[in-house]
Amino acid sequence: MNLSKILKNAFLIVIFGIIVTACATKKSVKTTTESSTTTKAAETQKADPIEKLDALMQGDVYIGSDTVGELASGVPDRVFFATNETILTTASRETLRKQAAWLRQNSNVTVVVEGHADERGTREYNLALGERRANAAKDYLMTYGVSSDRIKVLSYGKERPVDSGSNPLSWSKNRRSVTVKAN
Amino acid sequence: MKKNFFLIILFYVILKPSISFSLVEIDITRGNLDPMPISVTPFFSDGITDENIKKNLNIENLGLEISRIIENNLEKTGLFDAIEKEAFLQKPDIAHLKPRFEDWALIKSQVLITGKVTSKKINEKDYINIEFKLWDVLGAKMVDGFSLTTTPRSWRRVGHKISDKVYERLTGESGYFDTRIIYVAEEGPKTQRIKKLALMDQDGFNTKYITLGSELVLTPRFNPANDKEITYMSYFRNMPRVYIVNLQTGEQKVVGDFRGMTFAPRFSPDGKKLIMSLAKDGNSEIWVRNLETNIQEKLTDHPSIDTSPSYSPDGKFITFNSDRSGYQQIYVMRSDGSKVKRISFGKGIYGTPVWSPRGDLIAFTKLHKGKFFIGVMRTDGTGERLLTENFYQEAPSWSPNGRIIIFYRETKTDDKGQGFSAKLWSIDLTGYNERLVSTETDASDPSWSSLLGN
Repeated sequence: MNLSKILKNAFLIVIFGIIVTACATKKSVKTTTESSTTTKAAETQKADPIEKLDALMQGDVYIGSDTVGELASGVPDRVFFATNETILTTASRETLRKQAAWLRQNSNVTVVVEGHADERGTREYNLALGERRANAAKDYLMTYGVSSDRIKVLSYGKERPVDSGSNPLSWSKNRRSVTVKAN
Repeated sequence: MKKNFFLIILFYVILKPSISFSLVEIDITRGNLDPMPISVTPFFSDGITDENIKKNLNIENLGLEISRIIENNLEKTGLFDAIEKEAFLQKPDIAHLKPRFEDWALIKSQVLITGKVTSKKINEKDYINIEFKLWDVLGAKMVDGFSLTTTPRSWRRVGHKISDKVYERLTGESGYFDTRIIYVAEEGPKTQRIKKLALMDQDGFNTKYITLGSELVLTPRFNPANDKEITYMSYFRNMPRVYIVNLQTGEQKVVGDFRGMTFAPRFSPDGKKLIMSLAKDGNSEIWVRNLETNIQEKLTDHPSIDTSPSYSPDGKFITFNSDRSGYQQIYVMRSDGSKVKRISFGKGIYGTPVWSPRGDLIAFTKLHKGKFFIGVMRTDGTGERLLTENFYQEAPSWSPNGRIIIFYRETKTDDKGQGFSAKLWSIDLTGYNERLVSTETDASDPSWSSLLGN
């Protein structure tokens, strides 16, 4: 009698243990998924990756400063694009106006505008997309007084990412056009 | 590239041309879950031959190696199952003369392949003669075979030619083993990949690097009418342009004189024309250049991105992708650029259409809900069938018989951006038999040659 009771209790404890473990596993899985998507995860101790993402992307256009270099002092060298887009954002136009102003002051400088795409597209289409992005930047520089013979365009498609991550933030940094001094 | 890289066949004798229809047959239109058991004996040879081959090739047992090439080729189709050689009851030399069919039936073999290697001297030069026979065990008769004399260094190709013969005889389809694959070999971190053109036999052997990696190279493609010629795109001198390379001479030339980036090249089926995209002033259009007359012509005229063109095997049509509808979709037009018609209407975006060498299907890459698929559809866009799904994969290329699609797949990196790799994969048109294609380095942008000429 006694033995069977002990066995029964032990059985119950094992069952309980399994349920608790199962719940715990489920929960941890859920948390990981959430932190990688858009819902806010309840992690207060560490820097919230979602908060960070919000500060770094507007829509899916990168607005942070990581990877951004300078064409000249105070003149950022690159602008970022939304997925499959070649439209220049307000911030991009501001950057390009600064580039144009600096280029007008330094009329001996010629540049190459390098167009890039993220890795989420087919190689050949991305080459075309990079070319389109670089030309969007070039056209804007021309509108602000830089003559076309000072601007070369070079598309790298998805061949030269700056960030090797496979996530939306990394991709947003890679969708860019970069103005590089050529002389 | 060295001379004699390509096989020189002096004699090619068909032992028994056109024989009555054999009993053994395989239906390859369905995924085959029940592979046919076959026995491939080591090809036998005499002592003098062994000595000569050791001297020429430094290979101990060439006959055994040839039998392994055949086994490996046939097993990779998923249609055949090679029986362990230890189980064989009859000696290879006797079996080649006259198999005791009961012995082969006893180990459940339906098909038997036997052969013989003999060294030969012609004008003081060493050659090898390889004879092979294909036997139907249940029908108790020889159904095919040939004898072939070649330079010793082309020995692997003989193994492939035998595999092709067996495959053709048993499936009724043309073979694809005596072929090569041109691809881009990749090394280094994801942000600074070094890329070289590489050429290898279909089974991953005899890899040769065509470029040194000093400039970015992309999308090599064989000329379907000449297996010694490829086209590709190179960033030589930071001018991304389409080139044509002769693999025998190493001679290389830029195609056309375009202001702007040329990319996405492909030969016409007769090898006389090249289609590609030209990107200029933010717009990509499809162009054709006649390689004989050097006349070039613009085929599309639209402010959208038009790229990844591919000819139909009769040369009358071109399929390509365009984002003129807002997103990348697949279109078909006549090869003069007229009658443009969208054919992809499923959910997601579609790219890299490649016409099957049989003419009835178009292979493509599809992106839907964050996943990449390789699929096929009929040339009017109906009958879409997705063959494989993954994090990232694209660039399908057909085997010359239109039964297999090779493509490349890239892995997702971890949180630290580590763990990136690119590999070649193949899958049957049935959607079965997905396989990693072995390459010495990481690899992408594969293109399958036609059956090699001599």
